[in-house]
Amino acid sequence: MANMSPKKVPIPEQEPQVRNRNFQEVALGYTAEQAIEEATRCLQCKTRPCVAGCPVNVPIPEFIQEVAAGNFDEAYRIITRENRLPAVCGRVCPQETQCEEVCVRGKKGEAVAIGRLERFVADTWMAGHQPETPEIVKKGIKVAVVGSGPAGITCAGELAQLGYDVTIFEALHAPGGVLMYGIPEFRLPKALVQREIDSIRKLGVEIVCNVIVGRSITIDELFEEEGFAAVFVGSGAGLPSFLRIEGENLNGVYSANEFLTRSNLMKAYEFPKSPTPVRVGKRVAVVGGGNVAMDAARTAKRLGAEEVYIVYRRGEDELPARAEEVHHAREEGIIFKLLNNPVKVHGENGWVTGLECMEMTLGEPDASGRRRPIAKEGSNFVIGLDTVVVAIGQSPNPLIRQTTPGLETERWGGIIVNEETMKTSKDGVYAGGDVVTGAATVILAMGAGKTAARAIHEALEKR
Amino acid sequence: MYKIIAKKQLNSAVEEMVVHAPYVARKCEAGQFIILRVDEAGERIPLTIAEYDRANGTVTIIYQVVGHTTRLLAALNPGDSIVDFVGPLGQPTHLARHTRVLGIGGGVGAAPLYPQIRALHEMGVACDVILGGRSREFVILEEKFAPVVENVYVTTDDGSYGEKGVVTDKLRSLVASGVRYDEIIAIGPLVMMKFAVLAAKELGIPTMVSLNPIMIDGTGMCGGCRVTVGGETKFACVDGPDFDGYLVDFDELMRRQGMYKEEENHICKIGRG
Ligand SMILES: Cc1cc2nc3c(=O)[nH]c(=O)nc-3n(C[C@H](O)[C@H](O)[C@H](O)COP(=O)(O)OP(=O)(O)OC[C@H]3O[C@@H](n4cnc5c(N)ncnc54)[C@H](O)[C@@H]3O)c2cc1C
Ligand SMILES: Cc1cc2nc3c(=O)[nH]c(=O)nc-3n(C[C@H](O)[C@H](O)[C@H](O)COP(=O)(O)OP(=O)(O)OC[C@H]3O[C@@H](n4cnc5c(N)ncnc54)[C@H](O)[C@@H]3O)c2cc1C
Ligand code: FES
Repeated sequence: MANMSPKKVPIPEQEPQVRNRNFQEVALGYTAEQAIEEATRCLQCKTRPCVAGCPVNVPIPEFIQEVAAGNFDEAYRIITRENRLPAVCGRVCPQETQCEEVCVRGKKGEAVAIGRLERFVADTWMAGHQPETPEIVKKGIKVAVVGSGPAGITCAGELAQLGYDVTIFEALHAPGGVLMYGIPEFRLPKALVQREIDSIRKLGVEIVCNVIVGRSITIDELFEEEGFAAVFVGSGAGLPSFLRIEGENLNGVYSANEFLTRSNLMKAYEFPKSPTPVRVGKRVAVVGGGNVAMDAARTAKRLGAEEVYIVYRRGEDELPARAEEVHHAREEGIIFKLLNNPVKVHGENGWVTGLECMEMTLGEPDASGRRRPIAKEGSNFVIGLDTVVVAIGQSPNPLIRQTTPGLETERWGGIIVNEETMKTSKDGVYAGGDVVTGAATVILAMGAGKTAARAIHEALEKR
Repeated sequence: MYKIIAKKQLNSAVEEMVVHAPYVARKCEAGQFIILRVDEAGERIPLTIAEYDRANGTVTIIYQVVGHTTRLLAALNPGDSIVDFVGPLGQPTHLARHTRVLGIGGGVGAAPLYPQIRALHEMGVACDVILGGRSREFVILEEKFAPVVENVYVTTDDGSYGEKGVVTDKLRSLVASGVRYDEIIAIGPLVMMKFAVLAAKELGIPTMVSLNPIMIDGTGMCGGCRVTVGGETKFACVDGPDFDGYLVDFDELMRRQGMYKEEENHICKIGRG
């Protein structure tokens, strides 16, 4: 008989006023007892809406059944049949709009905590096992992958498993994409990302860092000079947008990418032990309402800022960030200035002193379906600040499209693909993840990597 | 890992290093740069590609020891390795088939200037160069420029070598004496570039400069390197580093370059904890 408690088993977390001073993980994870208790809330229903709600179709009821029975290793094997990065997905996937949104238990009470269980299974496995080196029969066919974010890693892993010789080319000095440079340590520990990448290496994937495709080597040269039979482009959406308002180049104005890269990838929070600095000051405003904005705000707090604001031009209901992240940010003392639009950065002697905003109201829904913000005339006011972080979105870096003749892209820069196969307009070139969709999610990028791997395999088998 | 093949001291603060980096060497052109990290915990710093050898897969960098990372780099020797060395970054210099071009190199700015002048020379463009420095010691690469230019002029602030004065004095006197230049390429400290551009504007000579804002990734991902050029925000790492000097907001750039002065001084004094 299932456990009929209407609530999820709570997950232990660091206290808000403790964790907003450190970079350790916020959520501490279930114990085995808690995981088993939560797993027994699953009804093992026949319709399995959760599986259809998962972009990579993890057989959720099956793995939960094994957790309930205490067979954690078996649960891990079931998940990883479909998802190569369970420790990552268990932490950062928006389960509330995917598997958990459609869970039958969610109709009366809370959904089964699928994400927390996935995380528990992955962490338990990692604590007890080293990555395995499986026996793979090699085909002697080379495939190149551009970018080592979730899309690239997934595509590479799938193809390596099938026997292809896969090389990932990564522009930065460390693999992992946004998982490494964007999402902060306190939400996704970097040691864990490292571990997931190690297991991809164990499949025989070679990761070559410090190679910028388009500069160090072009896609045409990968085919013609290096003998690759297919190329998957998973280069993400790394180009930051700015507000284009007066004062944006003052000292103390950062893009979220720069602020987070300095902190995460370059470990500025350990300055001077780590030589890359970051300026935070006492009062910080982060402009934007997505996950990136929440991460930047919570990072600023941890770096010692006393007052941290989220400045967003729409309202609470329109915040694109995950509800859980908004909740965590509020608990940690982030101040939300909603329905405010920045119009000018004020400065003195070249440094930021404040952000001038206008109050907004919401009008009719716009093309995105969200209500359009309208400025209230004469409502201008200035928030006194030391630092402004701009987190209003990213688009694909133009380098690859500029250097790859025959690759068709959207006006905003996204690579155009056939969604069934992720095949681009150029022969042998496939693409997926944020470079196709614009900034989206880890799991959608992984799904695209997987689809592309399947299509590449089919195309190469037919040759 | 990127192996150091050779190293040479050019003066008390400037060194030349040859590094094995085949992915950089295979495609790089004059005007492009690399970013390196000396060790696993290191900072990323940009340096111009001074020379390259495609056959041997090597790249030469010339750097002035000014702070933490350049000091760590200077502590390495042939046979040692650098953990990260990525490139080529930035746009190659646009080299036009002019009749006569003047290069102006201030201090270590002579290093990024050299590949551009050499490339022009190889295209058959006549070139002169003015090398400026605080004193004799800070004038570098004179012997490298000699075979690729018609005249090497030297100025020093204290008069210890060449003519006493700054590079713009020499520029004015050359033009006054009747030499005609179609273009100037000025590379050096920001103040020097700012004043070289002012002088060139008066003289009506188009001037290209190579900018060196603070950078992290060098691929257009962070926007830390943004500069205002002709009233528009550009990312120096992908749109540059070369820009039309007339259009650059040098005052903003100087301010942005000083953003971490305090931290740089701090880490310079204590080293790494
Ligand atoms: C701060 C932040 C927080 C986020 N939080 C969440 C979250 O909680 N949940 C969620 O699901 N999603 C979140 N996202 C979104 C998610 O991280 C992305 O959708 C996902 O990482 C996209 O994966 P990708 O593989 O397409 O690209 P990326 O992860 O961007 O990886 C692309 C890689 O390609 C490399 N590259 C780019 N150009 C080249 C080139 N020319 N040559 C070689 N390499 C190149 C890049 O350096 C990078 O490593 C967040 C994003 C950010 C920035
Ligand atoms: C595209 C580009 C090409 C460059 N090419 C060369 C080159 O060929 N040779 C060379 O010697 N240098 C070059 N530089 C400058 C070089 O990157 C810096 O000198 C280096 O980053 C200093 O690092 P550090 O840790 O040793 O010093 P830090 O401790 O970081 O700084 C010490 C001093 O150097 C100044 N400084 C810091 N960063 C820069 C910078 N980016 N530019 C100028 N001054 C800076 C600081 O204001 C401070 O006074 C280039 C910079 C760019 C952006
Ligand atoms: S250095 Fe990051 S965008 Fe130029």
